[in-house]
Amino acid sequence: MPHDHHDHDHFHHEGMSPSGHPYRADNDGPLTYWQRMEIAVRELLVEKGLLTPSEIAAQIEAMEARSPANGAAVVARAWVDPAFKARLLADASAASREMGFDIGPLHLIAVENTAQTHNLIVCTLCSCYPRNLLGLPPDWYKTREYRSRAVREPRAVLREFGLDLPDDVTVRVHDSTADMRYIVLPSRPEGTEGLDEAELAILVTRDSMIGTGLPRQP
Amino acid sequence: MSDWDGRRWHDMGGQAAGPVPMEGHDFALWEKRIDALMVLCGQKGLFTVDGLRRALEDMGEDAFEKHSYYERWIAAVNQNLLESGVYSLEELADRMEQVAARGPTYAEAQHG
Repeated sequence: MPHDHHDHDHFHHEGMSPSGHPYRADNDGPLTYWQRMEIAVRELLVEKGLLTPSEIAAQIEAMEARSPANGAAVVARAWVDPAFKARLLADASAASREMGFDIGPLHLIAVENTAQTHNLIVCTLCSCYPRNLLGLPPDWYKTREYRSRAVREPRAVLREFGLDLPDDVTVRVHDSTADMRYIVLPSRPEGTEGLDEAELAILVTRDSMIGTGLPRQP
Repeated sequence: MSDWDGRRWHDMGGQAAGPVPMEGHDFALWEKRIDALMVLCGQKGLFTVDGLRRALEDMGEDAFEKHSYYERWIAAVNQNLLESGVYSLEELADRMEQVAARGPTYAEAQHG
């Protein structure tokens, strides 16, 4: 799947960041109007006593610590523990909290892939995403193209991600809202009976939890 | 009879569009800070995600096409903070001028 490459490419290309993206002009480019606004708003909030610089730094750290590895741990637990899986499908927020993940006030719903059904998540109205379990959404998730087409021609969209589903597999598309987020519980790959929970978690890709991909094969 | 189908611009589910662009980017520090400001302002009860959404949607399609995600977010955060009286338009304008005077790059301007 060409796409998984974005997250898991361990080859660092010349001029590319460790995640395989071009380094974005950050601190060295000319100061933009919107950067000036960010600096001004942040300083005013601090001066008014509403936020502290350490709170802002801690929030950035907490956000950076969230990655698809969190979601993968939840998926792997569900694969090995049927009672946990039942709790996850009943209330994904509570089951994720049980594993120590901060879900905030979100109502999180896990949707299970089976041999007959493939689930895909989107936010057609904006960019709602299970960020507490997967980190920030990839750029394509927020594009007009994905938001518009995922609900209209999901199979065509999935083919662009390298996933060509048989016609007899039902595709269910779930449209997220600000208060209700979905995460896909992918099917456990065949031939993984001998793997433990940590080994299974490595197979779970970000895209497999969005529905635009499948887990890796062992 | 209007040709309008009753949708606002952001309600784009089901519209025709081209191939999904797969390229991504790593978030810059100013973008991470904007994300953090939004989350913290929500936690402190200064405004809600619905307030953010309203401001984003009211910016219209032009802003969606012309400005990046976090550019639109800081505009929406600012709009909500102005409306709730956390600071005034004059305070914002003065501060943005001071920031510009610190230097031509984000690195030079980011700390007062």
